Amino acid sequence: MSTPYAKLPAWADYGLIPVINLAVAFLVAGFVVLLVGENPFRAAVVLVEGAFGRGQGIAFTLFYATTFIFSGLSVAVAAHCGLFNIGGEGQGYIAGLGIGIVCLAFDSVLPWWLTFPLAIVAAAAMGALWALIPAYLQARRGSHIVITTIMFNFIAASVMVYALVGFLKPPISMAPQTRTFLEGAQLPKLNWVIELFGAKIRSAPFNVSFLLALAMAFLVWVLIWRTRLGYEMRTYGHSSKAARYAGISETRIIIVAMMISGALAGMMALNPTMGDQHNVALEFVSGAGFVGIAVALMGRLHPVGIVLAAILFGMLYQGGAELAFEMPAISRDMIVIIQGLVILFAGALEHMFRPYVQALFASLSPRSVGIEAIKGKGA
Amino acid sequence: MDLFNAIIQVLDSTIRLSVPLLLACLAGLYSERAGIFDIGLEGKMLVGAFAGAASASVFHSAYIGLGMAILISVAFALIHGFASITHRGNQIVSGVAINFIAAGSTIMLGQAWFQQGGRTPALASDERFGAIIWPGADAVRSVPILGPIYSELISGHSVLVYVAFLAVPFTWWVLFRTRFGLRMRAVGENPAAVDTAGISVAWLRYRALICTGVLTGIAGAYLSMVQNGGFVKDMTAGKGYIALAALIFAKWKPVNAMFACLLFGFLDALSIRLQGTPLPLIGKVPVQLMQALPYILTVILLAGFIGKAIPPRAGGVPYVKER
Repeated sequence: MSTPYAKLPAWADYGLIPVINLAVAFLVAGFVVLLVGENPFRAAVVLVEGAFGRGQGIAFTLFYATTFIFSGLSVAVAAHCGLFNIGGEGQGYIAGLGIGIVCLAFDSVLPWWLTFPLAIVAAAAMGALWALIPAYLQARRGSHIVITTIMFNFIAASVMVYALVGFLKPPISMAPQTRTFLEGAQLPKLNWVIELFGAKIRSAPFNVSFLLALAMAFLVWVLIWRTRLGYEMRTYGHSSKAARYAGISETRIIIVAMMISGALAGMMALNPTMGDQHNVALEFVSGAGFVGIAVALMGRLHPVGIVLAAILFGMLYQGGAELAFEMPAISRDMIVIIQGLVILFAGALEHMFRPYVQALFASLSPRSVGIEAIKGKGA
Repeated sequence: MDLFNAIIQVLDSTIRLSVPLLLACLAGLYSERAGIFDIGLEGKMLVGAFAGAASASVFHSAYIGLGMAILISVAFALIHGFASITHRGNQIVSGVAINFIAAGSTIMLGQAWFQQGGRTPALASDERFGAIIWPGADAVRSVPILGPIYSELISGHSVLVYVAFLAVPFTWWVLFRTRFGLRMRAVGENPAAVDTAGISVAWLRYRALICTGVLTGIAGAYLSMVQNGGFVKDMTAGKGYIALAALIFAKWKPVNAMFACLLFGFLDALSIRLQGTPLPLIGKVPVQLMQALPYILTVILLAGFIGKAIPPRAGGVPYVKER
């Protein structure tokens, strides 16, 4: 489906419009802050200082960003193929099962650099598997992927409760979580990188899975824009009819795209489990899969944009924690509101300001928006 | 007789548990029949629940609470409409956004206004919708079989329960016997045809969304003012999504929707009742399986193994005039 809007210069399309959307989202969030009787400007200062003011904050920001890079990439890969994978939450959660089994089995015998690859494979495989069934149903039986992936989120939650209570938790313990992983399944911290710049860090869970996330962002870029498979995915995403005409197998492309998306969502489970808590607990994903939707929309489905948007959301999470501490009227749920507003303005209402920006560009330099081209349409 | 009493109790809680599902499901039916996917049922129920309980406790009136619940829920429905009808945004993205905004703002405003960790103050009995005892309910209680059915199952629910069940024939009537319903169904199948007939697609869809908002508002009010004496954070707990599942299960038909919601409510009631008790033949059923059953059943239905669920044809597609 083609957009009924005229073209803008690339820098406006990928830079200006997202910034305007984001600014409006934050403006509305500022009103909410005002509504609970706090000063929005001071809140913004506390938030940014909390996220970037000290080494500790930066490390936490990047720790949160790690998870969001994975979940954002997951949403983006599916979206390039025209599929809305809303099931990242469940795919990440179920990946905890794979991670849990690998870590509990090998943490006493293998060093972390051997456990980590095994856990990556396990997490990716579980995530991909959890995306496989909705993908197959979409491809072969025409069931709507959004609904099936939502259902699979809930099924994953039930499976994980069952698994944690049933066999993953130590028999003597009451808490539905695995025992603490030993050294062999604890990812080394990357805090020293930030300390190189002279910052002091007491303790922060920023770890090597950040590097994995960056590597995945690069690989996703290669996949989408530099491989035949990525080209096919984008073709299918633009027009399933054109793809069919070009001889691209619908079933194959849907299933492959969703499994890659699921694998990326699965990998997001590595950071909180092996990198931070050193166990697999109930609800450890805690909404990160949904944050991926906001991140992917903000980043305009491009890996570079996604990494930046993930850092922005990492900042919101870390700064939001500080904010809740500083201003008692504001709780951490402020982040959830901001997230929602970002999804609303950068996603659902992304075209709201476009006509105005276009009018502005047209009055400044008519050629930049291709006025000649759209005149024929009566626009 | 013990078994009979147990059955009556399970059925009674089935009714109580399926009411919010039913209201949300019918709400979804209006919007989806008009061609607007609504993932945001969950969020609208949540803001309804919050607005209802908060204003009931401030104004000491259950009816003001209900009114506010409906008002705020409709406002959120209109935001969804603004994004997906006026600005032709992605309807699923907009629904997701509404769920987030609802989840965050209810807790934050609740905390800022009432300082009880996101809860609203416990409602007094006159600030809630109490049970309506039907005439003679107490008198016939001792009559075997029929007595308990009348006094437990039929009588003794709050007014919103009866509203929910009356909404089913009403929705059927609106959908299949009125001009508005006919046009609404048409706009969900082929908006271009409706547009050609000189009827505003956008206004029709907005009206459908207002109906959605009203019903999700009542659903939310039921949760916080009948089932529970106040608002608790995230109290919808996925009910909006189960309602969506029920809607698909019901193939977008009102009477089917009632049965689907009763079935899902029954599964819920049964899983509470059977917690830990072994069943004959099957043995002990894990609670998690019972909880996941509505979702599993919906997936199986969607896969086309129990009949085929065909959504309204124009669902999820923003309408672009003159192209």
